[in-house]
Amino acid sequence: MADPIAQFQIKKIATLGHIGGVEIAFTNSAAFMLAAVAVTVGGLVLATAGRSMVPGRVQSVAEVTYEFVADMLRQATGEEGMKFFPLVFSLFSFILVLNMFGMIPGLFTVTSHMIITAVLALLVFFTVLGYGLYKHGFHFFGLFVPSGIPIVIMPLIVLIEVMSFLSRPISHSVRLFANMLAGHITLKVFAGFVGLLGSFGALGWIAAVLPLGLTVALTALELLVAFLQAYVFAILTCIYLKDALHPGH
Amino acid sequence: MADSRPPKDTEDAALSERLKNLGDRLGTLAPKIASRDEDGDTVQAPGGSSNLGRAMRLSSEFVAGILVGSFVGWLIDYFAGTSPWGLIVFLLLGFAAGTLNAVRSAGLVAPQSWDRKQD
Repeated sequence: MADPIAQFQIKKIATLGHIGGVEIAFTNSAAFMLAAVAVTVGGLVLATAGRSMVPGRVQSVAEVTYEFVADMLRQATGEEGMKFFPLVFSLFSFILVLNMFGMIPGLFTVTSHMIITAVLALLVFFTVLGYGLYKHGFHFFGLFVPSGIPIVIMPLIVLIEVMSFLSRPISHSVRLFANMLAGHITLKVFAGFVGLLGSFGALGWIAAVLPLGLTVALTALELLVAFLQAYVFAILTCIYLKDALHPGH
Repeated sequence: MADSRPPKDTEDAALSERLKNLGDRLGTLAPKIASRDEDGDTVQAPGGSSNLGRAMRLSSEFVAGILVGSFVGWLIDYFAGTSPWGLIVFLLLGFAAGTLNAVRSAGLVAPQSWDRKQD
């Protein structure tokens, strides 16, 4: 039976150089990220090249994606949050394309590595922190002081709120990475059963219909999850950005 | 030429009637769609996948709180030399934060915000 973890292996394609004795390599992960950026940018350039009043097929996809992300951001943060549109749209399209690459058999799933999702989540975290401090100064820390709490237990509550704030990038990144990892392993295991049962002869092939059907169903589910997780990542970004944006008037 | 189609003006009237109907139905539907997703998380898709998503969400929130708490406690111990008290205290605080995260993520407690209290 095929190793279900082997698909997540990072493979070196070329060595770019050494920094302090550490090898800096161009890996399959990096190649897929480059490909995702190329597909996103290329697709959008192609889609907006025509700029017809009545959009064609490709142009509608681009317009629907734009509207989708713009509405999501506007609903969560209001009109002044639209300055973060490039960030949210980039994150959403990048993750969505990477997830969809992962759904093509034989291709590498970049978002199943926690280091990638953690860096993306930290980017959002520090954007929120930086912009909140820049815009509201010390006032930003009012986020940690809920109202209507007796002064006696206030220090405790503030500490808990700080913890809760610090844990955001973790749950933000774990959610995406865990979903992709678990989904792909499940898919591989069930697909592996087909071959395994097949090796038992004719009766095995008949029994193999069951895992094969499950694999097909799981593929559909995984497509949904791949889209949903990109959406969840983007909407969480919007919700966190709201904290940085909204002044306490 | 035999004209089987209705005359122009009644056709227009029928069309505008249909458009009005559609507009009314959209008007009643739109608020429902908008209110459904306040929490911002997984849209309530029917079936098992949304439950799995919920489980994943709540557990990740909970575990994240504990991880951060123990890490902060370990850091404090490392720099202040108060081992093991920092770890103990902050692990418990992290536990509380994780619970808060999970309950908040389930939409049972008001989210972290300083919007409404300053009015």
